[in-house]
Amino acid sequence: MIAIPANPGRGHLLRCGPGESILDISKHQAIGGFLALRKALSMQPAALIDEVKKASIRGRGGAGFPAGTKWSFLPKDNLKPRYLVINADEGEPGTFKDRYFLAQDPFALLEGIAISAFAIGAHTAFIYVRGEFVSEMRVLEEAIEQMRRAGALGRSVLGSTFALEIYVHPGAGAYVCGEESALLESIEGKPGRPRNRPPFPAVAGLWGCPTIINNVETMACVRLALQHGAEAFLAMGLPRDGGPKIYGLSGHVKRPGLFEAPLGLTLRTLIYDFGGGTLDDRPIKGIIPGGSSTPVLGPEALDTPMDFDSMKAAGSMLGTAATTVFTEGTCPVAVLVRIARFYAHESCGQCTPCREGTGWLERLVESIEHGTGRPGDADLLLSAANQILGNTICALGDAAALPVISFVNRFRDDFEAHITGQRCPYGAA
Amino acid sequence: MALAFSPDTERAFDRIVRRYPNLRAALIPTLFLADREFGYLSREAMEYVARRLELPPSWVLNTATFYTMLRKRPTGRNHIQVCVNVACYLRGADQLGDHLKKQLGIGFGEVTADGLFSLEGVQCLAACGTAPAMQVNDVYHEDMTIQKVDALIESLRLAPQTSGAATGQGGAR
Ligand SMILES: Cc1cc2nc3c(=O)[nH]c(=O)nc-3n(C[C@H](O)[C@H](O)[C@H](O)COP(=O)(O)O)c2cc1C
Ligand code: SF4
Ligand code: FES
Repeated sequence: MIAIPANPGRGHLLRCGPGESILDISKHQAIGGFLALRKALSMQPAALIDEVKKASIRGRGGAGFPAGTKWSFLPKDNLKPRYLVINADEGEPGTFKDRYFLAQDPFALLEGIAISAFAIGAHTAFIYVRGEFVSEMRVLEEAIEQMRRAGALGRSVLGSTFALEIYVHPGAGAYVCGEESALLESIEGKPGRPRNRPPFPAVAGLWGCPTIINNVETMACVRLALQHGAEAFLAMGLPRDGGPKIYGLSGHVKRPGLFEAPLGLTLRTLIYDFGGGTLDDRPIKGIIPGGSSTPVLGPEALDTPMDFDSMKAAGSMLGTAATTVFTEGTCPVAVLVRIARFYAHESCGQCTPCREGTGWLERLVESIEHGTGRPGDADLLLSAANQILGNTICALGDAAALPVISFVNRFRDDFEAHITGQRCPYGAA
Repeated sequence: MALAFSPDTERAFDRIVRRYPNLRAALIPTLFLADREFGYLSREAMEYVARRLELPPSWVLNTATFYTMLRKRPTGRNHIQVCVNVACYLRGADQLGDHLKKQLGIGFGEVTADGLFSLEGVQCLAACGTAPAMQVNDVYHEDMTIQKVDALIESLRLAPQTSGAATGQGGAR
């Protein structure tokens, strides 16, 4: 049984509630700021990486890859400079958690970056921030400047021999740049087209140098794990998924927003306790649990714990734990139109199955929604989506295919009703 | 008339270029500077950036066209971007978009005749918890309603004319 925080919306990761912020370095210091960084600097980097491994921090960018394991892929005998790159591109529809750190709690992120950079031996870190976050970038730059003045950045981080510079790099409106190798291309000043792997970025990343890419929230977790120790951090979550998690809630709920809880929170607690239930208390029709690319679930999944393994077992994915709910009376085909349109728009175009397939899916779903679908189109959708799956350079192809497959399977009757009735039965088109 | 950065932009350019091991990596940040300074990325603006970064103009064009936020044509003084993705859709983004189209007399991708407004449907702005969301120039507007949109349009009509690079505190809630 998971205890509900007395004050949902606040906790270890989510230190500020709505309307609150920690933008002054002295405020950060007053609540334990830089204790974790001091501790890290007193350790050997190898021991630090072990501590992160022990904390079992799974990457918060969507894929859930263990951070400590990723760090240990760095080649030991490579003399090139190493880079740390923070993914703040936050583009997966439904997801709005990293923006919290950029806008309201930048020091938690920056301290996590300093610790991680020290652990992996990087002296330069880039934070790649989606271009729309203009005021967030200003907040970050200001926080970086405060850290420099306080001696927590620059030639000697907190009086140590470790040197670090952190730079903000803007994205420019391309979802695919959230994919880590496209992000590197983008920083290098090129179109954001994902790279073929291998080599993996840990071996040859930014300018061919060893590079670690991690999500914003992952950095905040690293800081937390150091501050409280790996064991205490692990105890805040599950044995295989350490620590707390920020859950997002949007769509047809009474109280949308961000909530912190241990990994393994059930969808029911998130939606009904934290979110106050659905609008007008309508029954739930669909739950997109972790961003628009994660397969849609129904009310039968309400008691599924939200952690990487349980969500997978339930036929979906934890993704970014950004849950979007829609209630009865919503046309699922109309919802899928928005999703399919998005992926077709964002395909970078370099793999044929993704470039052609996402366009196909978009047109087919639109025609069904507008009452011009033909018998057999639901199966056509499934086969078109299956042809993309696993046949592309990056995971955007899968991200486009999975929602289509799950929507058609779950809401098959709705798709057929559109096709036989030659119109949207919900009047949504 | 040959284009050139103003002294302020020139200082920002210097700061940017120093961060990277080569000039090419400064391309996107510099294109943003040019977009703000010159209003949009005309051919001349892109050629100017190419000269400043010692890159072939075709590389600059190739990169600029990949990114939607780098404007290849002028927008209105108030560039209104309405999120049309799922979370906003579920919270009435379509009605918001339709209302804006009617009030401004333009569709997505168009500019009003007086150049005051342009309208665009955009993808998720990462403000799904405060949907429906929109952005006017750099500033986020969240938890929008028809009434709030009307008040916003009115205040933008009356506002002293500022350029594309609006300042303000969007974001944090
Ligand atoms: C199309 C696509 C978009 C992505 N967008 C993001 C994003 O916006 N933010 C993010 O952190 N990870 C994103 N990812 C995942 C990254 O590729 C990468 O796995 C992640 O940044 C690694 O950080 P983590 O291990 O700390 O989670 C995306 C992946 C794909 C395939
Ligand atoms: S899967 Fe799509 S987005 Fe990814 S590299 Fe291929 S075409 Fe580009
Ligand atoms: S769907 Fe509109 S801000 Fe995310």
